[in-house]
Amino acid sequence: MALLEITDLTQRFGGLLAVNEFSVRLEGREMCALIGPNGAGKTTVFNLVSGFYQPTSGSIKIGGVDTRGMKPHQVTSLGVARTFQNIRLWNDMTVLDNIKVSQHYRLGYSLVDSLLRTRRYADREKAIDHEAMELLEFMGMRDLADEVPPNLPYGTQRKVEIARALSIKPKLLLLDEPAAGLPSTDVVELIKLVEWIHKEFDLAIWMIEHQMTVVMSLCQWIKVIDFGATIAEGTPEEIRNNPEVIKAYLGDENI
Amino acid sequence: MLETFIQQGINALQLGSYYSLIALGYCLVYGVLLLINFAHGDIFMVGAYIAFFCATALMGKYGVLDAGMSGWIVLALTVPLTMLLTSGVGVFIERVAYRPLRLKGANRLYVVITALMMGIVLEYGNLAMLGATRKSFPTLVPRAIFEIGGATVTSLKLAAIFTSFAVFGLLQWIVTRTKIGMAMRAVSFDKFAVPLMGIPLDIVIIFTFFLGSSMAGLAGLLYAMNFPVLDPFMGALVGWKAFIAAVVGGIGDIRGAFIGGFLLAFLEVTVAATFSSELRDLISFTILLGILSWKPTGLFGKPRTTKI
Amino acid sequence: MLLGLVAMTQTGLLGQYAQTFLCTMGIYMILAASLNLVNGYMGEFSCGHAGFMAVGAYTASIVGVILFVGDENFGPALLPMSLAPLAFPLILATGFAAAALVGLLVAVPSFKTRGDYLAVITLAAGYIVKSALENIEIVGGPRGFMGMKKVVLAIEESLTVPWMLVWIFIGVVLTVWLLRRFVYSTYGKGVMAIHQDEVAAEIMSVNTNHMKLVAFMLSSGLAGLAGGLYAYLIGFVNPASFTILRSTECLVMVYLGGMGSLTGSILAAGIFTILLEFLKPLEQLKWVAIPMLLIVLMQFRPEGLMGNRELSDIFPKLKRFYRFK
Repeated sequence: MALLEITDLTQRFGGLLAVNEFSVRLEGREMCALIGPNGAGKTTVFNLVSGFYQPTSGSIKIGGVDTRGMKPHQVTSLGVARTFQNIRLWNDMTVLDNIKVSQHYRLGYSLVDSLLRTRRYADREKAIDHEAMELLEFMGMRDLADEVPPNLPYGTQRKVEIARALSIKPKLLLLDEPAAGLPSTDVVELIKLVEWIHKEFDLAIWMIEHQMTVVMSLCQWIKVIDFGATIAEGTPEEIRNNPEVIKAYLGDENI
Repeated sequence: MLETFIQQGINALQLGSYYSLIALGYCLVYGVLLLINFAHGDIFMVGAYIAFFCATALMGKYGVLDAGMSGWIVLALTVPLTMLLTSGVGVFIERVAYRPLRLKGANRLYVVITALMMGIVLEYGNLAMLGATRKSFPTLVPRAIFEIGGATVTSLKLAAIFTSFAVFGLLQWIVTRTKIGMAMRAVSFDKFAVPLMGIPLDIVIIFTFFLGSSMAGLAGLLYAMNFPVLDPFMGALVGWKAFIAAVVGGIGDIRGAFIGGFLLAFLEVTVAATFSSELRDLISFTILLGILSWKPTGLFGKPRTTKI
Repeated sequence: MLLGLVAMTQTGLLGQYAQTFLCTMGIYMILAASLNLVNGYMGEFSCGHAGFMAVGAYTASIVGVILFVGDENFGPALLPMSLAPLAFPLILATGFAAAALVGLLVAVPSFKTRGDYLAVITLAAGYIVKSALENIEIVGGPRGFMGMKKVVLAIEESLTVPWMLVWIFIGVVLTVWLLRRFVYSTYGKGVMAIHQDEVAAEIMSVNTNHMKLVAFMLSSGLAGLAGGLYAYLIGFVNPASFTILRSTECLVMVYLGGMGSLTGSILAAGIFTILLEFLKPLEQLKWVAIPMLLIVLMQFRPEGLMGNRELSDIFPKLKRFYRFK
């Protein structure tokens, strides 16, 4: 069964055709990219996958489950995590709390448990706390646990956001422009981090990225869209030499 | 049947014009500062009192001026004086209470709370200064009574209705055609970029409060002429209702505020006429709540899409 | 502390006046702390808190009358009056439950809208509750309702301890205890995640609608508890007690104390009640002086007295003395 199967996905906003008959199939454990010029509809595809919009037509299946009508938190609990173009951490919460609150889908206790502090509550809180600390330890951020995000450098905030996404144990990780706003030294580190994550965690990574160094050095397979429509797909080598792609990015030279 | 229909329609239009004039003030301030100026209803009350004191002073009650000015001249002087003085109060409150908080970067809600308390200060300050006895507004000009389709209409009612439409037209013109109006809209888009573009933020804000408060003053004057009994709490309820009307119309859009005001008035008058006036608030607010649940950003408000 | 309070009343150290004062303060504390959950922790602007208080007050009163008094509207009393002191917490619980249910009136629209539009919905909900009460004849309409006065008198006769003070004290402790447990659990922190970034909260598996529902219902339920206590403290309820001015008082206490600080709310409620009491000789000027004072105070502390910190954050040593686990 495919991990992610998108068939003929179409999204309209009023008169704007944001995504047009987009199809894709991920089997699991891939590392691939979605690229295209600004405003091509890349983030819209991610928003559709994570359940933030309901598609006008077409279907999205995650692990064989059709996500139509699901709320984002339900999609997330199917094993899809994502990061955002502009970092969206909870800024008044510590890094540890950022990760713990993301465990809502598997809290395993109810409001009453939290008010009465039952045994179940104590056990689950302990387990969640423990696992969150383990993850931070594993990612080498243990000493950041009690910091709040605004006190951290931008690159570290990105890393925290990725850690938060990993904390829900995703089978599919969506990275929306992970390198945006990073200085070039940090980009090198990011590439290493993503590679490491792909190796250590059992998951597929799908990213939107403008920096071609990132895309070309990480991904086995790339899909290019423009004005909502797919214009090319293939290996980095094929994409690099595809005339359609060059036209979309640089404009038609004949004009 | 038709007569009552027209009569009620005119009553609704008249009530709606007060709501609309006040709602426009809420809307202007909100549009520029994203601040719910909860003191605005009480500015309306202050406007009515200022109108009262202007009119009685001009009629020679305090011996400052000779009596004997004709009612029309008194009215002609009272209108601009009221608007000017009321806007002075509005701008003063902005300066002393809201602006310092804004400059300190306080959470927006703290400014809202300050506005709420400012409103209470105005109400009770008035009560303490002038006492609990209600003031009755003098008759300045003789009422002419017209008949339209069997319904009677006083000239004052018509004046209120026409004024509100005229003010709306003027405001629409200011906001869309004049430089300062465009600056106001620019501020509501991006407060940080506007000073960079060479637009003096402070002047825009003062102008906004000036416009909003002078309209509230005008509404106060018209209200006092039609319902000539003033008390310190007259503004609170009307103000809250006008605010709700502004939001149902779509706060931040002056067409929305204007239409919202009339919508609320029509609802209230209809409910009072068909059921009973005790049920007025209950039913009309329930309907407004229904509208907001159906269109969460009001009739004219644009749905805000969160950019991810 | 409770024992100390009771002892002080018994020895005459706390007179009737001081008791009533403390009771009022306790009710304000419950109101402020419960509103802080929605306005402080969740960052919404709910301004209809008085409406929920009214629902609690009326429900508790009616239940008291149905059970122990009975009249032409509610039929004969179901239970003997002697049980009233025992059933009092049950009566309060019905007030809590009814107010929590009415909380749905604002919780459900909050799924789709937020910010100033939601503020208007809460405002309208407050008006709807008040004007509905004015139109229900069997609870006296605008004149008010005082059937439960008999219950109050009966309990007063059968008990020697200042039962109202005791119950209000328990109410305050219960409120703070529940809210503290809620906002300190990973579950309750979902509410703060909604405040700080709702999109991220939903994407990171927080069921935002569910959390909003819980927060609104818990908050309005506790306001209902305060309402029930208020009704039995005064022995009389009327719609005019639950106006927008009452909601405004709640708002002022929350923001004065600091958004997201329970100790802040408790402190602010204390200060506010003391101000109300000490400035009583000013009569109407009181309502000029208090807001003025608060406006000036806010100019100096634009984040409220406590910001979003708790007392235990400022004095970590205090943690040794109390435990809210």
